[in-house]
Amino acid sequence: MSILINSETKVICQGFTGSQGTFHSEQAIEYGTKMVGGVTPGKGGQKHLGLPVYNTVAEAYEETQADASVIYVPAPFCKDSILEAANSNIKLIVCITEGIPTLDMLVAKARCDQLGVRIIGPNCPGVITPGQSKIGIMPGHIHMPGKVGIVSRSGTLTYEAVKQTSDYGFGQSSCVGIGGDPIPGSNFIDVLELFESDFQTEAIVMIGEIGGTAEEEAAAYIKKHITKPVVSYIAGVTAPPGKRMGHAGAIISGGKGTADEKFSALQDAGVKTVRSLAEIGEGLKEITNW
Amino acid sequence: MNLHEYQAKKLFADYDLPVSKGIAVDAAADAKTAAETLGGDKWVVKAQVHAGGRGKAGGVELVNSPIEAEEFANRWLGKNLVTYQTDVKGQPVSKILVEECTDIAEELYLGAVVDRSTRRIVFMASTEGGVEIEKVAHESPEKILKAVIDPLSGASDYQGRELAFKLGLNKEQIKEFTKLFLNLAQLFQDLDLALLEINPLVISKSGNLICLDGKINADGNALYRQPGLQTMRDPSQEDAREAAAAEWELNYVALDGNIGCMVNGAGLAMGTMDIVQLHGGSPANFLDVGGGATKERVTEAFKLILSDEKVEAVLVNIFGGIVRCDLIAEGVIGAVKEVGVAVPVVVRLEGNNADVGRAVLDKSGLNIIAASSLSDAAEKVVAAAGGSK
Repeated sequence: MSILINSETKVICQGFTGSQGTFHSEQAIEYGTKMVGGVTPGKGGQKHLGLPVYNTVAEAYEETQADASVIYVPAPFCKDSILEAANSNIKLIVCITEGIPTLDMLVAKARCDQLGVRIIGPNCPGVITPGQSKIGIMPGHIHMPGKVGIVSRSGTLTYEAVKQTSDYGFGQSSCVGIGGDPIPGSNFIDVLELFESDFQTEAIVMIGEIGGTAEEEAAAYIKKHITKPVVSYIAGVTAPPGKRMGHAGAIISGGKGTADEKFSALQDAGVKTVRSLAEIGEGLKEITNW
Repeated sequence: MNLHEYQAKKLFADYDLPVSKGIAVDAAADAKTAAETLGGDKWVVKAQVHAGGRGKAGGVELVNSPIEAEEFANRWLGKNLVTYQTDVKGQPVSKILVEECTDIAEELYLGAVVDRSTRRIVFMASTEGGVEIEKVAHESPEKILKAVIDPLSGASDYQGRELAFKLGLNKEQIKEFTKLFLNLAQLFQDLDLALLEINPLVISKSGNLICLDGKINADGNALYRQPGLQTMRDPSQEDAREAAAAEWELNYVALDGNIGCMVNGAGLAMGTMDIVQLHGGSPANFLDVGGGATKERVTEAFKLILSDEKVEAVLVNIFGGIVRCDLIAEGVIGAVKEVGVAVPVVVRLEGNNADVGRAVLDKSGLNIIAASSLSDAAEKVVAAAGGSK
């Protein structure tokens, strides 16, 4: 088992024939992802990477019954792409693109909620179930099938956690990058809930960062609903207030959203927190007795 | 992106909101003319900077003659205004807003933000205007009234009326307020705002609502479709190095320490600063070179980091996911040679082809120290910068 995706998940790509879509679809196919086609308006009927190209998601769905779509289209067109996928029966949308206007995401997210469609991202590395399927831009080779579920707001910090859990031999059940934007399609709680009910996942790594209150909300949720051991790291103890630290969502505003607040909320919830990102693997070892 | 008060009020006026008459000037003599043009016998003069707390810092004054307006402008134009929200240097003043004086009966608060938890635009109103709203929210949260905007249907009249009733407004004011609320919601939507604040929204002695101050922050991700806002950008209010970094699509934030950091990925960049501090060092900056980390960008990143004279050592931390670490290593070597980096550079490469990358660095003959792990890198760079402080 795993969460969100497995070797059976049929995936299409929106923005398939663009440079990002092409490169990462090639990588995904090589990894074993069940890519079944792609969408580029105006290029329908062509073949790309040996797969059919469709003009619309509706057409792609009709032909392939895809479960998931990964979006690489430029930011100004993402709202439209998300709405198109959501309205065309796609149940899981993974949006990699960075820089989507916040108000676009408010609308896209509200509509997906109405339809019961899950969005991962935007501004994220995507989702991987090691050894089975990868949807996104993460390097497949650092992953190892195993028992740790990883959820993170940051791409490269996810890779650090992946590497450490691989180095210790624990491996990963699934890894989900929820992205660095202020309005993510899925938040920590959405993913924690999935890891809790996934029997392959024996422990959870949650990586947060400054800005917003998603970690505090997750801490309250963990206290009530999560029985599995959780290790957490929060980036940005040294970040100054009022400055956006790369990610659109990583900003301490009005004194709120500091790393210290998040660390203490998580500690109160019984989460094992590590102050050094190099100690995620060690933290896991400590609380699981593996 | 932040706007100045005079720019916010211009937008308010465009959306038919009640604002006091005012003229923004950039020369002292024009301040006098502006006061004369506006007429009356009292004026408010306000230094325009991207920071709150201007009043307490002397950046806002009530003046009784056009000459006094000119004197105020003379005192501030070309100077920096330091408020509790700025750094020690303050923000440069290049414009003064001269406004007609409003007789205030009551001060209210009205603001809107994109609320991250509920994923909605949320309007907030309060009878406690004119003070810091964060303080009100903290001390008496019941005094903050809220209206949540549905992203699919937009703001409705009833939401404005509801706020107005709760604010205790009279019949005429309820109409005025509802219109103001709807127009603000439209403005927020049309211009892709992230935050909007009218503090205070006053009731004048004649009973009318007037937006006495205006603060607007627009979503940087949406600027591409906001040509009007693009022209309102004031680079003098932004950090010069941060702006230079943006030209190269690098994310840079200056800090006070002596260890320069160059990292790929925003989260890892923060994590790297944190681990440097954890090992007793002090980071000089946040810098995300992005996924590409090509020689050109690494070179620009080095230039930027070294433009800070406090930097005594540099830590390069790259997790090569899909890009090959040996290529990054060559990029770092090329950049160090080109820029003529004189301080020690500690490089930690992880991921794709990391071993080859480290070997390339070792053979370079330059002052580059290859680190074997994150903790090792942090220790080495702290030592290279003169040890724990």
